[in-house]
Amino acid sequence: MRQARSLVLMAPALIWLFALMVVPCALVLALAFFRRGLYGGVEYTLTLENLALVFDPLYAGIFLHSVRIAGLAALIAVGIGYAAAYAIAAMPRRYQPALLFIVVLPFWSNYLIRTYAWIVLLNREGLITQGLRLLGYQGEAPSLLYTEGAVITGLVYNYLPFVILATYAPLARLNPEIAEASRDLGASGWTTFRRITLPLTLPGMVAGGIFVFVLSIGNFITPALLGGGQFQMIGNLVYAQFLTANDWPFGAALSMVLIALMTGLLMLQTLASNRARGGATAEPRDG
Amino acid sequence: MDRHANTPLMWGILAAVVAFLYVPISVLMALSFNDSGLPTVWRGISLRWYGALWHNADILSAAGNTLIVALISTAIATVLGTLLALGVEQRRRRGRALEALIFAPMIIPDIVLAIALLSFFSLTGVTMGLHTIIMAHVVFNLAFVCAVVRARLKSFDWSIVEASSDLGASGFTTLRRVVLPVLMPAVISGALLAFTLSVDEFIIAFFTAGAGRASTTLPMQIFAMIRFGVTPEINALAALVMAVSLIALTLAQRLNRGGVTAP
Amino acid sequence: MKAPLLSLRGLSKRFGRVAAVCDVTLDIAGNEFFALLGASGSGKTTLLRMLAGFEMPDAGQILLDGQDIASLAPNRRPVNLMFQSYALFPHMSVRTNIAYGLEMERRPRAEIAERVAEMLAVIQLDGLADGRPDQLSGGQRQRVALARALIKRPRVLLLDEPLGALDKKLRTAMQLELKRLQHEVGITFIVVTHDQDEALVMADRIAIMKEGRLLQCGTPHEVYEHPVDRFAADFIGVMNFIEAGRGRSLAIRPERIRLFPETADTITEGRVIARAYHGLDLQLHVQTALSPRPLRVRVTSDAADRRPVAEGDSVTLGWNLADTRMFTDQEETP
Repeated sequence: MRQARSLVLMAPALIWLFALMVVPCALVLALAFFRRGLYGGVEYTLTLENLALVFDPLYAGIFLHSVRIAGLAALIAVGIGYAAAYAIAAMPRRYQPALLFIVVLPFWSNYLIRTYAWIVLLNREGLITQGLRLLGYQGEAPSLLYTEGAVITGLVYNYLPFVILATYAPLARLNPEIAEASRDLGASGWTTFRRITLPLTLPGMVAGGIFVFVLSIGNFITPALLGGGQFQMIGNLVYAQFLTANDWPFGAALSMVLIALMTGLLMLQTLASNRARGGATAEPRDG
Repeated sequence: MDRHANTPLMWGILAAVVAFLYVPISVLMALSFNDSGLPTVWRGISLRWYGALWHNADILSAAGNTLIVALISTAIATVLGTLLALGVEQRRRRGRALEALIFAPMIIPDIVLAIALLSFFSLTGVTMGLHTIIMAHVVFNLAFVCAVVRARLKSFDWSIVEASSDLGASGFTTLRRVVLPVLMPAVISGALLAFTLSVDEFIIAFFTAGAGRASTTLPMQIFAMIRFGVTPEINALAALVMAVSLIALTLAQRLNRGGVTAP
Repeated sequence: MKAPLLSLRGLSKRFGRVAAVCDVTLDIAGNEFFALLGASGSGKTTLLRMLAGFEMPDAGQILLDGQDIASLAPNRRPVNLMFQSYALFPHMSVRTNIAYGLEMERRPRAEIAERVAEMLAVIQLDGLADGRPDQLSGGQRQRVALARALIKRPRVLLLDEPLGALDKKLRTAMQLELKRLQHEVGITFIVVTHDQDEALVMADRIAIMKEGRLLQCGTPHEVYEHPVDRFAADFIGVMNFIEAGRGRSLAIRPERIRLFPETADTITEGRVIARAYHGLDLQLHVQTALSPRPLRVRVTSDAADRRPVAEGDSVTLGWNLADTRMFTDQEETP
C-alpha cells in the first residue's frame, strides 16, 4: 500500500529522468563504438577506432593539458577557499551564516557574465592595465587575456564558493574544545593547526578540490572566452566534434573517457568523505 | 574550530576573498551606467545602455524565450520534483540505484547531458526548439526541487499524516490539506531555485536549441555578444540578469532557511 | 594555613554587558580537592577557563606560587584542563593522545614511551592503547582524557564537569575513583560541577557561585550545616522553608525533623500526602498548617519499621530550634 503509493508519486519524474537522461546517456556511450559516416552522421558498424583516437598523442596531449589546467585551478581554489572557510569558521557564530551567504552569493549570478567580467578586467587596455598606468606604468600593455593564467583565474573565480562550502562544513563541525585541548597540552597555535585542525578537515579539502577539478576539466566556456580558443581543453574538443567537425562518434568517445575520469574522482571523494564521517583520517606521524 | 584564532588576520583574509569575488562583478555593474560605453573612459552616469537594451529586438526576443523556458520548465519540474520527493521519503528502504538516479542530474556535467540530448533528439528525429530546451531543463530542475523538498521532509513529522487519516481524511485530502501546506515554503523555494538555474543555463540550451535564431535564449545571446564583438549594451544586460538572479536567490534563502544553498 | 598554591585576587570578566565573573577572591592550597559549584550561568566555567588561559580576565590576578600567570598563553601554563567533552583527538590513537602533551615538551622518545605506559597502567587501558577514541566507552574516554592531562604533571588540574557525560551508576563509582587518584598523584584538583552531591562527596572544600560572585566557600560540612543565605541553603541538599513573617523564613533540613517526638521545641500536626522509599531511608511529604508547601521529612528505614506510616496517616512532627536557621527572603532569581 505504502510502497504502491510511493511508486505512483515517483513515476512521472522517474519516467522523465529515464527518457531524457538515462536513455540519451546510454546512447552517447553506444555512439562511441560506431564509425563516423562519410559526410558526418553515424555509420552503424562497430569499431574501437574512436577510443583509440582519444589516446592518439595529439588528443592525449590536449587531455594532459586539460588535466594540468584543471589541477592548478583546483589547487589554487582549495588554497584560497580553505583560508576563507577557516576565517569564517573562526568568526563569532552569529555572523557565520551571513558571511557564508556573502561569499556564495556571486556564484548565483550567470556563469557567462562572471567570466565576461574578467574579460573587462584583463583586456589589453582593460581595467588592470589602467590601474597599472595610474601607478605610473609606462610600457606596453601586458597581455593578460587569452593566456593560461586567465583561464585558471576564471575557473578559480567561478568555482571558489564550492570549495568554501565544502571546507567550511567540517571546520564548523569541529569541536572547539579539541583545539583548546591541544593548546592546553602545550602546543602552539601553528602546531595545533598542523597536527589537529588540518588532518581533521582534510577530507573537506579533498572533496572541494576534486569538485573544482571535475567541473574545470569538462568546462568549455572559460577556455573559449578567456583562452580565446588558443587553449584547447577537452570540453572544447567535445564541443567541436559535435557542432563543427561533425564527428559524433569521436565526440562520444571523448566524453566517455571524460565521464570515466570524473566518475573515478567522484568515487574517490565519496570514499574520503565516508572516512571523514567515521572520524578516522590519516594519522600524522607520531612525534 | 579554533576559538582563539588571530582575528585581524581572519578579517584580512575574508576582506581579500570578498574583494576577489565582488570586484569583477561590481566593475561590470558600474560600467553599465557609464555614459561613454567604453571600459576605459568614464563620462558620467547614464541609463542609455539600459535604454538601448529596450530597443534591441534580438535581446528582447531572447529574454522572452528565456522567460518561456524558465516558467514552463519550472512549473513542470516543481510538480514532478515535489511528487518525487514525497514518494522517495515515504519509502522505508531506498536503493542506491534510486538515489543515484535522483542525484545524477545535479552532478552530471552540463556538457555531457547536452551532447547526450543533442544526439538523442537528432537520432530520433525530434525537431529541436524551445520545447526541447524545456524538456532538457526539467531534467535538472526537478532534481533540485526534489532535493530542497526532501531536505524539508527530513524534519517532517509524519505523525500529522496519520493524525489526519485518523480524523477521517482521505489520502488526497491529507495531501492537499496537511502535507502540501506544511511543505509549501520548501516547494516555493525549490521552484525559485529551479527558475534561477533555468534562466542562467547556457550549455544545455545551446546544444538543444536547434538551428535558427528563433529559439535563442538570453545566455545564448550573451555568449554570442561576448564572442563576436562586445557592445556596451552587454554591461547593462549583465547587470540586469545578475540583479534578477540575486533577488530570486535571496528570496529563496529567506523562504527556506537551512535549505540547500549549494547547487 | 600555609601559603596557598593558587591565589585568585579580584578576578572579573565581562562578556558584553553580562558580568560573567565578578570580583572573585579565593585561595586554594596545594594538594587540595576543590569544587566550584553553581547553576549554569553562575560563572564557574568562565572562572575555570580563566585559570586554564582560554579567557583573559578583565581585572584581577591569578597567582600560582606567587607568580601572576593571568596573561600567560594556555600552552605556557603549568595548569591543565580536562574538558567537559573530553576533547580527545579523534584522528589519533589512545596512546598518541596521551603522549601529545609530552611531545609538546619535546621529551626524549624513551621517556615519553615509559611515562605513557605507566599512565596506561594507572587508567587500566593497556589493551586499548592503539584503539581510537570513537571505539571507547564513555567511562574509558573519560579516563583517557584524565590521563592525557595528568601525564604532564601539572601543578593544578582543572576538571570541567568531569562526570557529566557518564550515567548515574558509573558517576558514583568515578567520584570515589577521582578522589583516590587525586590523593595518589598529589596534584591540586579544581572541579567545576553543577551537581551538589558530587561536590559534597569529592571535595575538601566547596565554593558556591551565583551570578558571577562567590557566595560561600568552606568544607562540605560547613556549607551544608551553615549556609550563608537562603539561596545557598536551597542549593545544597534539600531544605524546608517555613514562613516566619516580616520577610523571613525558618529553614530546617528533612533529616532534622523527627516523627512522633517525645520532646521537641516545636511540635506540629500534619497528614502524610506522599511517601517515597529510597532504600536507606524514607521520604515523606507531610502537609501541615505551617506552610502551603508540604514539609519534606526524612526517616531512616529503621525508624520507619518501628512505627510504620502510610499515605493519609496523621502524624506529629517536631524539631529543635538549634537545628533551624532563619533567613531573609530573597527575590527569586531565574
